[in-house]
Amino acid sequence: MHTSLLDPTAELSPVERQILPRLATLAGATVGLLDISKPRGKEFLDEVERQLVAVGAKVNRYAKPTFARIAPLELTQKISVECDAVIEGLAD
Amino acid sequence: MTTPASSAAATRYSLYLKRDCPTCQLVIPAVSELAAQLGADLTLYTQDDPTFPDMPGVVDDSNLEQSYAAGIEIVPTLIRHDAAGVEVRIVGWDRAEWREFTGIQSLGETLIEFKPGCGSKTQDPGMDEVLALRFGKNELQAREVELASSEDELEACFDRGWSDGLPVVPPTALRVIRMLKGSDRSASEIIGNIPPDNVPCSIEKVAINAVLAGCKPEYFPVVLAAVEAALQDKFCMHGLLCTTYFSAPVVIVNGPIANAIGMNSGINALGQGNRANATIGRALQLLIRNVGGGLPGGIDRATMGNPGKYSYCFAEDESDVDWPTLAQDRGFDRNESVVSLFAGEGLQGIVDQQSRTPESLARSLAASLRTVAHSKLFGMADAILLVSPEHRRVFKEGGWTKADLRAALYNNLMTPGEEIMRGADGIAEGMPERFKDKILNKFRDDGLHIVTLGGTAGMFSAIIGGWVASGERGSQLVSQPTVS
Repeated sequence: MHTSLLDPTAELSPVERQILPRLATLAGATVGLLDISKPRGKEFLDEVERQLVAVGAKVNRYAKPTFARIAPLELTQKISVECDAVIEGLAD
Repeated sequence: MTTPASSAAATRYSLYLKRDCPTCQLVIPAVSELAAQLGADLTLYTQDDPTFPDMPGVVDDSNLEQSYAAGIEIVPTLIRHDAAGVEVRIVGWDRAEWREFTGIQSLGETLIEFKPGCGSKTQDPGMDEVLALRFGKNELQAREVELASSEDELEACFDRGWSDGLPVVPPTALRVIRMLKGSDRSASEIIGNIPPDNVPCSIEKVAINAVLAGCKPEYFPVVLAAVEAALQDKFCMHGLLCTTYFSAPVVIVNGPIANAIGMNSGINALGQGNRANATIGRALQLLIRNVGGGLPGGIDRATMGNPGKYSYCFAEDESDVDWPTLAQDRGFDRNESVVSLFAGEGLQGIVDQQSRTPESLARSLAASLRTVAHSKLFGMADAILLVSPEHRRVFKEGGWTKADLRAALYNNLMTPGEEIMRGADGIAEGMPERFKDKILNKFRDDGLHIVTLGGTAGMFSAIIGGWVASGERGSQLVSQPTVS
């Protein structure tokens, strides 16, 4: 059974949960590229990195130990501290 | 079918029963007799067991829809509906009354003459709100937020930004209806516009945030008074929220309601552990966050803030009837329940374990009061002096009244301007040059408030420093009587 709660806010924003604010510009931003560790992910992310650097972004590269499991907490915390945005490089 | 002599053809009867009622069980022989006489003109409603009584045509009312609609308070209730639509009802068992009511003079011959009924299941604790919700008789207007089946209720409230950082109570409709029962005011009444977004706010929205904060319904009148106090223009809630300074609303409760709802004015009154103290101040803060849109880092620009921004709420110790309360100082009567709001920062303790005369203690307290905001800034920030019971005793035993204390503090806080000028004592901060030849008081007129609270052991008092924009240019202490 679904729980229903009453909205405590002024109801000025939609009831659906909102995505975080997008970056206004990539220039000067630090963007993390997270490789989920599937084969050929590197080639894809290398190209993404090249395009990001071309518009002035700084790129940090990260990799999950295995694609089969969610990222370890230490890794997600490290990315959240070091980056303004993250792109997760799926494969297949 | 035999029709009783006194009954018109169109007269019908309804009888409400529950098995878990000795009187209902007692009257079964009379009910059988009634059913035999009235046939289809008698409808039996059973609240807790569809097999009781064991008769044909019993209506299962275990969801209580019929009992609720009929406003049944006691079982058994026998209702007579006449042809003109007029309803009359009797409750419990009174043989003579039942006989007269039905016109059946042989009714209940084998029964005792009288036995009072039991409470209807519609009267079980909390059931009224459940039934109001179940049968759509509530006035709630707030939109519903449906959670996904995988969502944890508490985490969902965090995820939607409704929390101050601590867990909140999920505001279900049932909890909100129960909160609204704490006051007679209509859910749809607009209490005012909540800053900083100045959004019109209904009593219902206040109730939802009071639920989030963990309030009991009986606290709700105090929450409402706190909100109304915050909305007084003199309090300047919008500016207080925006300031980089430490200050935030401090909620002080006076009068009988403080004891009635179990507020703490004694040991650790400013600390943790009392639900009313902890949740009433929090409800105000959550309302400003959720309805007003006042978010830290958004419009709330506090450099450091203070821990009281979770909840800063307490009652005054009113045990000494000769010592006026804050509410009395503000012109209210001791038996009125009043909520006062002060724009205050954290707490500064004062130790004085040596003074045994009012004169020494007043000088001692004044010396500490001098440091509010900065020892060289005068007339900027108001303050509340929290006098402990042991310090109050020193004044009382020395023959001083609260007015004497106030006058002594005022006198001790008069200071030549030249001592606190910018640059004096090698400190750049201080009063502007134009005050150099004046005698200044630390506090503006009506800028120092005195409140008594705390445990009976400890020769400590304390200061809640005010906002550095105190007075007409910013915030002044405001008081609001509670309305149930």
